[in-house]
Amino acid sequence: MEKCFEVRDLNLFYGEKQALKDINLDIYKNNVTALIGPSGCGKSTFLRCLDRMNDLVEGCKVVGQITKDGIDVNSDKQDVVDLRTKVGMVFQKPNPFPMSIFDNIAYGPRCQGLKDKKKLEEIVIKSLKDVALYDEVKDRLRDSAMGLSGGQQQRLCIARCIAMAPEVILMDEPTSALDPISTSKIEDLVLELKKDYTIVIVTHNMQQAARISDYTAFFLLGEMVEIDKTDVIFSKPSDQRTENYITGRFG
Amino acid sequence: MMREKFINELNKLNTDLINMGSMCEEAISAVYSQIKSGVFDQEVYNRTDELEKATDTKEKQIESACLKLIFSQQPVASDLRLISAVLKMVSDLERIADQTFDIADLFKEFQNPLLIKETALKDMCKVVSTMVRDSVDSFVKKDTELAEEVLERDQKVNECFTEVKKEVVKFITDSDGEGESIVDILMIAKYLERIGDHSTNIAESVIFAVNG
Repeated sequence: MEKCFEVRDLNLFYGEKQALKDINLDIYKNNVTALIGPSGCGKSTFLRCLDRMNDLVEGCKVVGQITKDGIDVNSDKQDVVDLRTKVGMVFQKPNPFPMSIFDNIAYGPRCQGLKDKKKLEEIVIKSLKDVALYDEVKDRLRDSAMGLSGGQQQRLCIARCIAMAPEVILMDEPTSALDPISTSKIEDLVLELKKDYTIVIVTHNMQQAARISDYTAFFLLGEMVEIDKTDVIFSKPSDQRTENYITGRFG
Repeated sequence: MMREKFINELNKLNTDLINMGSMCEEAISAVYSQIKSGVFDQEVYNRTDELEKATDTKEKQIESACLKLIFSQQPVASDLRLISAVLKMVSDLERIADQTFDIADLFKEFQNPLLIKETALKDMCKVVSTMVRDSVDSFVKKDTELAEEVLERDQKVNECFTEVKKEVVKFITDSDGEGESIVDILMIAKYLERIGDHSTNIAESVIFAVNG
């Protein structure tokens, strides 16, 4: 399997406070990798390292290497805009822009300078189809995205991400604000999307990690305790701390 | 401690399975005493009948508790292995109690129970009853070494079965009208051999629950 990210000896500090300690792991292409662990364990911080979102946090210092396509994402050689084009992100709360459904998705390609209306329309329709939203909104593409349901808004955000033709989609608890049916649609979508994208997902729902991910990494107190195939983590984890967490004996 | 209710229910499942195991131990031990003496005992017959019915009820009760835990708690890792092992073990224990009663039932109709004393059935039943006891004990103590020992003993049971078969053939050759008893001996041997296999299954389930 081809590696998408190679993370070596990654340490991250918010001022004096160390939030990530010696993280070493590989993320494989066209796989879903789930990050689990109790609140404050560093999983979202780690996720944000992959597209350098932590650059925006004052006092944040990153030491160690995250290599993507042979380039350390934290080095001067890495163009941050290019990185964030290749590595898209979907957040916990759906965050559509206060504009039409069409414009939400066309926003990224337009920012990149695409003006050809036909081409833009093609991208919008394909992105909406890829997230199984097109049939639900095809008659109201010019309506405000704010009128969509929570689940539809989250799929729209995923479509907006896909419109930029990324290689990787990072998802930070993408279903925690959604009802079970919307959650199930997003989960089905993740399984569909992994054919074309590499997905890294932070989730507090362990059954969700078990259902949709190929690999699961368990984080605790800033350390990555264990990463393995999801089947192994949920049937026979190697580390007692993982066992205690996933069986609900602490956390 | 989180999930206190879940842990309590897992502990109850553990206790219920141990109780069901004790019923099987008692049944096979009663049948062994009868095979040793070669004399039909109505009390043994009644007790194995009661135990067979009680294990049926227990099997349904434990299965239902396992299913409830699976859908309500969505267990993983060692909890999931334990529940999955218990689901398998209850079937084996139910079969053991059933087949033990079948032996007691055959004994009731025996025309010449003393004939049994001339066969290897006694040795076979002795080994099988220790297999039942130790497979249940290995679950109680989560002792995989003891479970491994149970697996090894199955070979001895198979050897006894072959020996009984040879003895039966000899009886038939020398037979003077005791055909039915002779066939019953073979059936008892087969039941014992199956009980040995079920004990082996239980021991394997214990190893799976503990080691994965």
